[in-house]
Amino acid sequence: MSDPMQEIRASFFVECEELLEALFDALQNMSEEPENFDTINVAFRAVHSIKGGAGAFALDDLVAFAHQFETVMDMVRSSSLAADDALLATFFRCGDMLSDLVHMSRDGEEIDESLYHPLLQELSSHAGIGLEETTEEIADENFQPLALDLDLEFSVAESNPNIDEDFDFALADILGDENTSKEIAGASKSGLTIVFSPRSQLYDLGNEPLFVLRNVADLSLCDTKFGFEPGSSFDTALTDDSLTWTLKLSDTRDLNAALEAFEFVDGLCALSIQEDSDPETATDLELPLPKAPETAAAALDQTSGVECIDRAAETKSKPPAPSAQPAQKQTTQTATVRVDLNRIDRLVNLVGELVINQAMLSQSFNEANVPANSKIASGLDEFMQLTRDIQESVMMIRAQPVKSLFQRMSRIVREASAAVDKKVRLVTEGDTTEIDKTVIERLADPLTHMIRNSVDHGLETPEARIANGKSAEGIVRLSASHRSGRVVIEIADDGAGINREKVLSIATSKGLVPEDANLSDSEVENLLFLPGFSTATEVSNLSGRGVGMDVVKNAIAALGGRISIQSTPGQGTVISISLPLTLAVLDGMVISVESETLVVPLTAISETLTLQPGALERLGPGTSVISVRSEFVPLIDLGVELGYRQPKTNYDGAIALLIVQEDGSRSAMVVDGIEDQRQVVIKGLQDSYGNVPGVAAATILGDGQIALILDTSDLLTNASGRSREVITLEKAG
Amino acid sequence: MTISVLAVDDSRTMRDMITLALKDDDFDVHVAEDGEHGLEVLQSVVPDVIITDINMPRLDGFGFIDAIRARDSSKHTPILVLTTESADELKARARDAGATGWIVKPFAQDKLIRALRTVTG
Repeated sequence: MSDPMQEIRASFFVECEELLEALFDALQNMSEEPENFDTINVAFRAVHSIKGGAGAFALDDLVAFAHQFETVMDMVRSSSLAADDALLATFFRCGDMLSDLVHMSRDGEEIDESLYHPLLQELSSHAGIGLEETTEEIADENFQPLALDLDLEFSVAESNPNIDEDFDFALADILGDENTSKEIAGASKSGLTIVFSPRSQLYDLGNEPLFVLRNVADLSLCDTKFGFEPGSSFDTALTDDSLTWTLKLSDTRDLNAALEAFEFVDGLCALSIQEDSDPETATDLELPLPKAPETAAAALDQTSGVECIDRAAETKSKPPAPSAQPAQKQTTQTATVRVDLNRIDRLVNLVGELVINQAMLSQSFNEANVPANSKIASGLDEFMQLTRDIQESVMMIRAQPVKSLFQRMSRIVREASAAVDKKVRLVTEGDTTEIDKTVIERLADPLTHMIRNSVDHGLETPEARIANGKSAEGIVRLSASHRSGRVVIEIADDGAGINREKVLSIATSKGLVPEDANLSDSEVENLLFLPGFSTATEVSNLSGRGVGMDVVKNAIAALGGRISIQSTPGQGTVISISLPLTLAVLDGMVISVESETLVVPLTAISETLTLQPGALERLGPGTSVISVRSEFVPLIDLGVELGYRQPKTNYDGAIALLIVQEDGSRSAMVVDGIEDQRQVVIKGLQDSYGNVPGVAAATILGDGQIALILDTSDLLTNASGRSREVITLEKAG
Repeated sequence: MTISVLAVDDSRTMRDMITLALKDDDFDVHVAEDGEHGLEVLQSVVPDVIITDINMPRLDGFGFIDAIRARDSSKHTPILVLTTESADELKARARDAGATGWIVKPFAQDKLIRALRTVTG
C-alpha cells in the first residue's frame, strides 16, 4: 500500500460504501416523502461522486452505469421526470447494481456489460431517452481536448487604423523574456496572428490577461503589438474594453496550444486567431471591439497591463502563511480519522488488561485493610471510575451504527419478495443504534436468513392477505434498540404467525419431542430453533435449503447473544435477538459454589433471593419449584447442574439468583454465596476447549484466579428436563 | 514560488487525488468538504487559487463561488470548477457560476497543473 494511488483507490472504495449508504437512505426517503427535493439531490450526488472517482481509476463499466443512472436522476431533479413508484423501484435496483459493480471493481472482477445493460435500458425507457453509448464515448468526451470547441471570431483582414502604433511594445518587455524579444526581429512570413482584447467581465471572473499572454509567450511568439482605440486612453481603455494585443506566432503548429492558452477567456474577450498566408495583411487585422457596459469598480482598478503585473506581484509576495495558520486549518478540517483496525484491537486488549489489573489492585487493597476514608482509598475509587470510562470510550471506538447492516437487509427484502412474488415493505427503526463492529459483521448472515424466512414463510401471499382483511403489502419491521446494557434487534412481520400445530406435528414426527409432550405456545415456537427442523414442506427459492434456524441460533450464541421467537396467530411473528454491546468486557456477579468461583453475567440476573422455609415445593425427585410473588419458578441447584454435588435435602436459607431468559421465562438458580459484582474481561475458551455446555467464557479475577463465566441460558434450557414440567405447572397456577 | 490552493470537493477520493497530483510541485494544498467548509477555511487561508466541485451538500459550488466573489478579499481569486460535464455545457455552467476556468474529471495531473498555472501565472 505504499503506492499513493493504490491507497486512494482503497479509500475510494471505502468512500463508495458511504456513498451507497447515502444513496439508499435517500432513495428510501424519496419513497416515503416524494415531494422532498433534497433527497434526490443527495441521491444524485452520491451517484455522481461514485462516477467521478470511478473515472479517475478508469473503471469504465462503473462510470458508464453511474452516468446513465445519474442522467435519469438529474431529470427527476429538474422535474422533467416524475419519481413514481415504478421509477423508484428501478432506482433501487440500479442502486443494488451500482453496489455490485463497485464491489466487482474493487475486487478486480471482470464485468460483462450484459450484466447491467438491461437495467440501463430500463432506465432509458423510464426517461424516454435513448441509451447513451457507454464507456468509450463518455471517456472520450471527458478527455477531449477542450479548447477545440472555441468559437473563433475570424475577422475580416482589413487595415486597422484604430490601433495606435505609438503604444506598441513587445510583450516580452512585460514578461521579461529575452528570447522572445530577440525573435521579434526575425518575424517569419507565415504564422498565426492572434488579436486579443479582454472585456471587463474577464477580470470579474478572476482571469488575468498577463497570465494568458505568458502562456502565449511560451509558444513561437515573434511579435507583439499593444494598443487601444483612438478616443480611448490608458485611463479608460480598461473600462471601455478597448485594450488590444496583437500577437504573432511564427509556427502555425502552435494553433492548438494557442487555443488552449485562451481556453478560459474565450467568450470574455474579443479574440481572433488567424493563419497568415501573407504577413502584410496579417499585421493589419481588424479588431472586433464590442463595447461592454460600464462595469464594476473591480475593472476600474485594472488600468493597464503594467499594473496587472503589480497586482500579480502583490499576490505572489504575500507571506506564505502566518504560523498560526496550520493549527487553525486543522480545526476546520475533517472530524474523522481513519485508524487501522489492528491498532484499535490492540488498544481494546490493553484496556482489558488494565481492567484486570485494576481489579487485582482493588483486591490487594481490600486485603491490606486500608481505611475506606483514606486518601489512597479515594484515589483508587477515582482510578476505578477512570478505568471504566476508558474502557467504555475504547469500546465506543469499535462501535458502529447498525444502519449499514439494515440497509443490506432492504436489498434482501427487495430480492426475496421479488423471488416469491409478494409485496413487502421493510421498515427499519433505530438504525443509529451502535454495536461492536465485529458483531455487526457477524450478524449479516443470520439476519439475512431470518429476513428471508420472514418474507418467504412469515408473510402470506397478497391474495391470502387481502382475504384476511390485510393490505396486500406485507411489512417486515427491523428494529434495534438498547435495552438494559444489551442491544436488542427485532425482526417482526405482520404475517399469519407460526402455525403451532404444524410445528408440533413436524417436531413430533421427526422425533424432536416426545408425542405426549405438553408444551407451551412459546416452547412450540422455539422448537423452530432445534437442529434439523424445517417447516417448509417444499423447498422454495429462498429458504429451506437445509440451513435452519438452529444455525442462526448458533451464530447468535457465538456472539454472546440470545434469540427467541414469539408469534400471534393472524398478526405476525417477532424474532428477538439480544446481543452484548461488546465482546470484550461484561458486568458480572462473582459467585461461589462448592468453593468454586464463577461469574454470572449481570444482565441475566433480575434479582437475588434468600429461600424462606416452606417456599420450596417438591414436584418429584430432584424437581422443585419456588413461589416468587405467587408465581412458580423452577429451582435449579447450580452445584448439581455443574456436577459438583448431589441435590441437597434442605434449601432453607439458600441464596438463589433469579435468572430471566430472552423469552421471559424465569428460573431460580441456587448458589452458595455472592462474592462480588464487577466488570470482568472476557477471555474466550473456544480456541482451546471448543464449545463447553453451560460455559460462555472465562475471566481472570482480581486475585489472579481464573473463573468460568456461565452461559445461564444454555444451563437452564438444558437443566435436566425439569423446567418443562414446571412450566406446565406455572400455567396451571 | 509556492502556489496556495484550496480544493473543495465532497468526495474524499477527489480531495485525495488533487492533493496527490499537487504533492510534488510547488503547491500548498488546503482542502474542504463542501462550500460551507470552504468558506470556513477561507477565514484562515488566503489561497492563490480555488478549485471547487459543483454538486456538494450544504453549500454547492454555485453558492460557494457567489460567496467568494462577494468578498473583497477574494473577489478576484481565480476559481477552477471541477466538472464531469461534457465540453459543450461546461463552459457556460462554469461561467454562470462565476468561475475563472474548469477542470474536467477525471483529470490528468499535467492538465490540472497547467490549468492552475494558467490562472495563477
